[in-house]
Amino acid sequence: MSNTDAGNIILQANHLVKTYIQSSGRFGFGKAQVRALDDVSIALKEGSTLAIVGESGSGKSTLARCLLQLQPVDSGEVLFQGQNLAKLDAQSLRAVRKNLQMVFQDPFASLNPRMHVGEIVGEGLLIHGLGSVAEQKNKVYQMLERVGLKANDALKYPHQFSGGQRQRIGIARALVLEPKIVVCDEPVSALDVSVQAQILLLLKELQVEMNLSYLFISHDLRVVRHIADEMVVMHKGKIVEQGNVVEIYNSPQQPYTQQLLSAIPGRKAA
Amino acid sequence: MAEILNISNLTITPKNEPNRFLVKDASLSLLAGKTTCIVGESGSGKSLTALSIMGLLSKQLQSTGSVIFKGQDIATLDNKALQKVRGAKIGMIFQEPMTSLNPVLTVGYQIGESLTAHLGLKGSGLKLRVESLLQQVGIPMERANSYPDELSGGQRQRVMIATSIACEPALLIADEPTTALDMTVQAQILHLLDELKTRMNMAMLFITHDFGVVADIADDVIVMFRGEIVETGTKKQILEKPQHPYTKALLACVPDYEGRKQLKPIDYAWLKDSKVAA
Repeated sequence: MSNTDAGNIILQANHLVKTYIQSSGRFGFGKAQVRALDDVSIALKEGSTLAIVGESGSGKSTLARCLLQLQPVDSGEVLFQGQNLAKLDAQSLRAVRKNLQMVFQDPFASLNPRMHVGEIVGEGLLIHGLGSVAEQKNKVYQMLERVGLKANDALKYPHQFSGGQRQRIGIARALVLEPKIVVCDEPVSALDVSVQAQILLLLKELQVEMNLSYLFISHDLRVVRHIADEMVVMHKGKIVEQGNVVEIYNSPQQPYTQQLLSAIPGRKAA
Repeated sequence: MAEILNISNLTITPKNEPNRFLVKDASLSLLAGKTTCIVGESGSGKSLTALSIMGLLSKQLQSTGSVIFKGQDIATLDNKALQKVRGAKIGMIFQEPMTSLNPVLTVGYQIGESLTAHLGLKGSGLKLRVESLLQQVGIPMERANSYPDELSGGQRQRVMIATSIACEPALLIADEPTTALDMTVQAQILHLLDELKTRMNMAMLFITHDFGVVADIADDVIVMFRGEIVETGTKKQILEKPQHPYTKALLACVPDYEGRKQLKPIDYAWLKDSKVAA
């Protein structure tokens, strides 16, 4: 575990445990316990990017959901700026949530098709009651322009946009509240490489501008190498290795990490 | 080396918009024992090109040009004649192993279907052949009695591969077969396909958008952009010395393993102007 030497720790999770009961057998009569998170501890430094890497079923999305209190944990604690999130009542949690935003994987499923873009991006401002109506509108327009869209796109509907543009809308929605932490759950895996490059560059620019801390969930180790400062490798609900991205890529210590890194396509030829 | 497939001047347009070219004047040639990758972004026409080989284009589309498979123009064949080619001489694997298998039939039955249809195999002969195919793709042969939902994603894709190579086709078309899989599983499947291609001396047409996969599996590469083939060459030529501005631009947005590269998104406006020069 890295120490507090560089940067303040803004989000910390200690010994998270989460078990699911899963139906098993052909008709689901059997019951099996799945340990989705098994004693997981992480620390996210302010202004940096922590990648959570693992294959499907490794628990990386469960970890994200538990960190944001979208799912209760069985045991363990999540500290945001030193505050234990599980101890907060619903009202104070809502106030804290403004600082914890999320960008989702599928830009086609994560935007409500019946709302126009202005409503989608502005909804958070409305819920948190930030500013007058005119101020909120202004903020939405500014944010849309910042992510590379036009102010008058606010009156269009999601289906009028391409996948990359929709992901920009998702980013605008997350950032309009000026959060401290953004959880990006596979934000570029549904996109073409050229669009992926645009979105990665945008995320990096915004991080510097707004001093954001990213929790970046991905299975694509080339993307992780590009965007993350530190990384956590998960396998079957456990953290198998964590540390600085460059160090892990140069000399992975655990056999599972070595196996993952050697499976990156095109590595042999590079 | 024997030429297995030759496509010349393939053009695909919607029937009601004959001036909108989804694929325009595409020509390519596939050789036995070689893997040719078609690379491109979504909408570049790479999947349509593959589907047109199999005669599987949607009824709303029309195509012109010739598709010569081992000396026979299969673009002109009717559906019945084409059925003798599909699955028997040309095999195909799709992206989603979850949706391309029938959930109510055992995998053994599904692998055996094409053997019965094309080669007339039945009974114990069929059973033996199915078991040997399962072994070839690395699945224990008891699994013949399993249903698709009892297998993992990687195993399902292995079953799809067994199905597509059952009749020992001369050409295997793989449309993004590893996109839906985890990276370690992807590496295994790519290895398996490469091995089968060499052992059976198949021509393989491999559609992908991932240059990493290209680097692992391709012999030759075809780059498509907005329905046109913009560049063709060996893997080495395309990856190390790309000539066309689009190929260069596409390679510039792929993150590298070392993380040193500055990513550069494609500037389509610039590309349009420079297209004339290329």
